[in-house]
Amino acid sequence: MLILAAVIFALVAVLVIYGIVRYRARDGAALPTQIFGSRKAEITWTVIPIVIVTVLFVFTVRTMAFVDAPREPADQPDVTITGHQWWWEARYANGAVAVQEIHIPVGRRLLARIEAADVIHDFWVPQLARKMDAVPGRSGYIWLEANAPGTYEGRCSEFCGMQHAWMHFTVIAEPEPQFSAWLQRQAEPPREPEAGLPVVGGRLFREEKCTDCHAVSATDTQPRKGPPLAHIAGRKLLGGDIPNSPANLARWTVNPQSIKPGNRMPNQRLSNADTLALTAYLESLR
Amino acid sequence: MSGLAIPADPPRSGVLAWISTVDHKQIGILYMLTSLFFFLVGGLEAMAMRAQLALPNLKFLSPETYDQIFTMHGTTMIFLVVMPVLIGFGIYLVPLMIGASDMAFPRLNNLSYWLLVAGGFLLYVSFLTGGAPDAGWFSYAPLSEKTYSTHSGMDYWALSLLLLGTGTIASAVNFVVTIATMRAPGMTIRRLPLFVWMTLVNSVLILFALPALNAALVMLLSDRLLAGHFFDPAHGGSPVLWQHYFWIFGHPEVYIMILPAFGMISEIIPVFSRKPIFGYRFVATSTLAIAFLSYGVWVHHMFAVSLGRLFLSVFAASSMLIAVPTGVKIFSWAATMLGGSVRFTTAMLFAVAFLLEFTIGGLSGLAFATVPVDWQLTDTYFVVAHFHFVLFGGTAFALFAASYYWFPKISGRMLNETLGRCNFWMVVIGFNMTFFVQHFLGLLGMPRRVYTYPDLPGWGALNMISTFGAVILGLGALVFCANLVASLAFGAVAGSDPWDAWTLEWAADSPPRADNFETVPVVRSRRPLWDLKHPELPDWAAEGGS
Repeated sequence: MLILAAVIFALVAVLVIYGIVRYRARDGAALPTQIFGSRKAEITWTVIPIVIVTVLFVFTVRTMAFVDAPREPADQPDVTITGHQWWWEARYANGAVAVQEIHIPVGRRLLARIEAADVIHDFWVPQLARKMDAVPGRSGYIWLEANAPGTYEGRCSEFCGMQHAWMHFTVIAEPEPQFSAWLQRQAEPPREPEAGLPVVGGRLFREEKCTDCHAVSATDTQPRKGPPLAHIAGRKLLGGDIPNSPANLARWTVNPQSIKPGNRMPNQRLSNADTLALTAYLESLR
Repeated sequence: MSGLAIPADPPRSGVLAWISTVDHKQIGILYMLTSLFFFLVGGLEAMAMRAQLALPNLKFLSPETYDQIFTMHGTTMIFLVVMPVLIGFGIYLVPLMIGASDMAFPRLNNLSYWLLVAGGFLLYVSFLTGGAPDAGWFSYAPLSEKTYSTHSGMDYWALSLLLLGTGTIASAVNFVVTIATMRAPGMTIRRLPLFVWMTLVNSVLILFALPALNAALVMLLSDRLLAGHFFDPAHGGSPVLWQHYFWIFGHPEVYIMILPAFGMISEIIPVFSRKPIFGYRFVATSTLAIAFLSYGVWVHHMFAVSLGRLFLSVFAASSMLIAVPTGVKIFSWAATMLGGSVRFTTAMLFAVAFLLEFTIGGLSGLAFATVPVDWQLTDTYFVVAHFHFVLFGGTAFALFAASYYWFPKISGRMLNETLGRCNFWMVVIGFNMTFFVQHFLGLLGMPRRVYTYPDLPGWGALNMISTFGAVILGLGALVFCANLVASLAFGAVAGSDPWDAWTLEWAADSPPRADNFETVPVVRSRRPLWDLKHPELPDWAAEGGS
């Protein structure tokens, strides 16, 4: 494609540059011969491009058939990925839930259903799959597959409002055994803390109405505004782009607008002690 | 001296005369000046964006402001700059080129212009009402719905575009009737200057494309103001419906913004090559082919939506096919120079640069017709690079060429060639620095419409180059403005035909008298003034069937 474009551009450039160098007006030059056209040349430069685009079209259709998932697959998807303003949620067939960090097995392709909860987003992991618009009220399907283990960067590719720029996520490809273990763990509710500060934090979490927007159990599938927080301590990044450290978690809990202006979580009025307790509780959710 | 002189015409100067004018030349000039004003405004918005993107993680603009600025930049450049300036050139030139004294409906012409002013005012007054529109120039639902864009910016956007669209449709009707009924004797359809021909085709394109946008805008307004549900999925509406409506307008729109530019290039290259256009009939017919095909390619803006492979293949085929008639034109223009005697005025420099830049834009467009490539590159900076090569490298370069070519006719004075060359090189260098590197940013995975970006390898450097280029480009545009002002005051007097050209407008005075011509020359070919100057070698004897 690139080579084809380069060749065509070179052809035009040579034609133009030859024209302006060779036929530059010289002093006292006679009037050039008045040529009105040439049927032969005109037909040539109509037919050859038709042939080129026909070949291009054949390759296009073949590649589409090769890379694209069926539009209405007979099988249930392995994972349903939903775009929210401005985070991604993945629900696996076994009930496991992941936010922002989507795990896949190496060497086995997953059928992913792409959906949206609010506005249009676009799920794009350049190294792994085609991009697919996430349109509210519709489903799109893609194959998600990695040939080598690793962490792959993904981002939203359709303008979706104020934090479109930071609607990043990662896809983590790992060998099948690790993947299965992870999948199993994610499907279970996190263990509630038994003693100390996390218990205090857990009580605050419920009293401060955090649960209005956040679920803490994978089995709690009632739709809410905010991302589920089950297993949040296991995530590497917060909000898709800052490291998940206790300090950052505390910052996000109290003052999320300073990190991602415009996100759906308002700043919270919490005392330092409450913040510490809440952070300790969240840190215990593995 | 006796004080008895009575003006034969209504006065042509003074504020009131300009406001109430029904003279196509004055209305054309008003269109061009209004577009130039908005070009500077849209350019400032571009500068603000490039400043914010110069380095990763900058906080010069808040995300809220950035979203408003890029929406306003796109909307301004398309609806308040490119469309009105092309219409303005058409309004000024078409009657002169066909030997008429005015447009068919002078008062309608005046109304169109004031609808433009009203539309521009409505769009910009939104800044004072709580916030400008912020959903991008194509305003995808549901982001553009009340739930997600809560201030009234989107309402102003929709109302403004309704007014602008109505004015544009009125202009299109005016062009069609003018060209159909007011041609000089002897000027058959096959002898139309190509700029006039392309304006005619373009007007038909407008008549069938703009109503789709107007309909969609009314639906969006009813969603936002009357609790309608056309595009609201929560109540059974369809966001994809908006996309179909928008792009069935939006893709012909792309050609609406380039066909008149093709027409300008088709006038300028032959005159400065001292040869007639190579293959008039192919150039003219390929314009019809483009117009026809342009209604059948809109889904290539939606390849990333799950619409089914067969459906996408059909639109991939049509989108590739439309490259063919476009290619025909490029080869014809290049062949016009071959064997000619090429004079490098600033106008011609811009026309030659147009050929090369537009070819790049066309080829990157072909990449998007190739669906699997689109599935990676759509909505990245590759798209931003692509459409700026088409709209700036294409249309804007043609407009610079046209300005240098027709300014003498409009003002009676030549634009300064030294400033012109300075203008040309700054714009060419600045433009390529700004936008060529954006191809690479897209290939590296940078999405468009992001208010900032992470510090990934190469991203900061490429963006910095782009910002530097934008500064040079912006200064180049200011040199153009300075040239306009300086040449208007001090430029060499042009005379009626400074380029030794061939179409009828050069038979009129510079600037033309109120009724354009004292007598219209006889038209027996496509180059009536050539026939007058070369009675030994008239075109009507040679043109034949070509």
